[in-house]
Amino acid sequence: MSIVTVQLFASYAESFGGPTLEIPLDPGSTVGDLVDNIRALPGAYILPESPRVAVNRRFASFDQVVGPRDEVALIPPVAGG
Amino acid sequence: MRRAAIVTREIQPAELMAEVRSIEFGAISLFAGTVRDTNDGRGVTAIDYSAYTSMAESELDRILDEAQGRFGVSAIVVEHRVGALALGDVSVAIVAAHAHRAPALECTRFVIDEIKKRVPIWKLEHYADGAREWVDPTASSGVATA
Repeated sequence: MSIVTVQLFASYAESFGGPTLEIPLDPGSTVGDLVDNIRALPGAYILPESPRVAVNRRFASFDQVVGPRDEVALIPPVAGG
Repeated sequence: MRRAAIVTREIQPAELMAEVRSIEFGAISLFAGTVRDTNDGRGVTAIDYSAYTSMAESELDRILDEAQGRFGVSAIVVEHRVGALALGDVSVAIVAAHAHRAPALECTRFVIDEIKKRVPIWKLEHYADGAREWVDPTASSGVATA
């Protein structure tokens, strides 16, 4: 079991009450596993059915493996422009 | 040349145009997004923009790379501002230069459309009634600006 730090922004940071989450994950876990763990936390009501996750500054699929050395972020609906 | 940046200062579109200007080009297309005073029927008084800056700059650069490949535009610059913006402020500016107008125009359109889909930038709108709300273009009531 290792800890993955997940960066939060905008509405997600407000909903979860801070700029990061520390999520325990088994080795070989995927982005989908990470999201499942996050869903158990208070504040997760804000997440859509398939929230966007970035790994190492790129959007990641739910089957991508993720670990403690990765830069991970949960991306709220974007609204640039 | 190609440059993408998230900035905290005022955007100067004329300076961006000067960056791409060259005698080899016959067209410079400029798109500037500005802060509007209404959204979805509500009076807006200001917008706070925020970003996941490192990823936003990487994603902007990937968009410009795709745009260069797609439209053959060799000179393109984009800046997106974050922080507290007032009504009328420029939030984003894109300039693309090409020998001819069509690729330059299509390029700026492509870049702003992609920014709205995939660059991690958010806006917190402040309304005339004192409320504040994160804009969510994926929600039924969310209406994108610019």
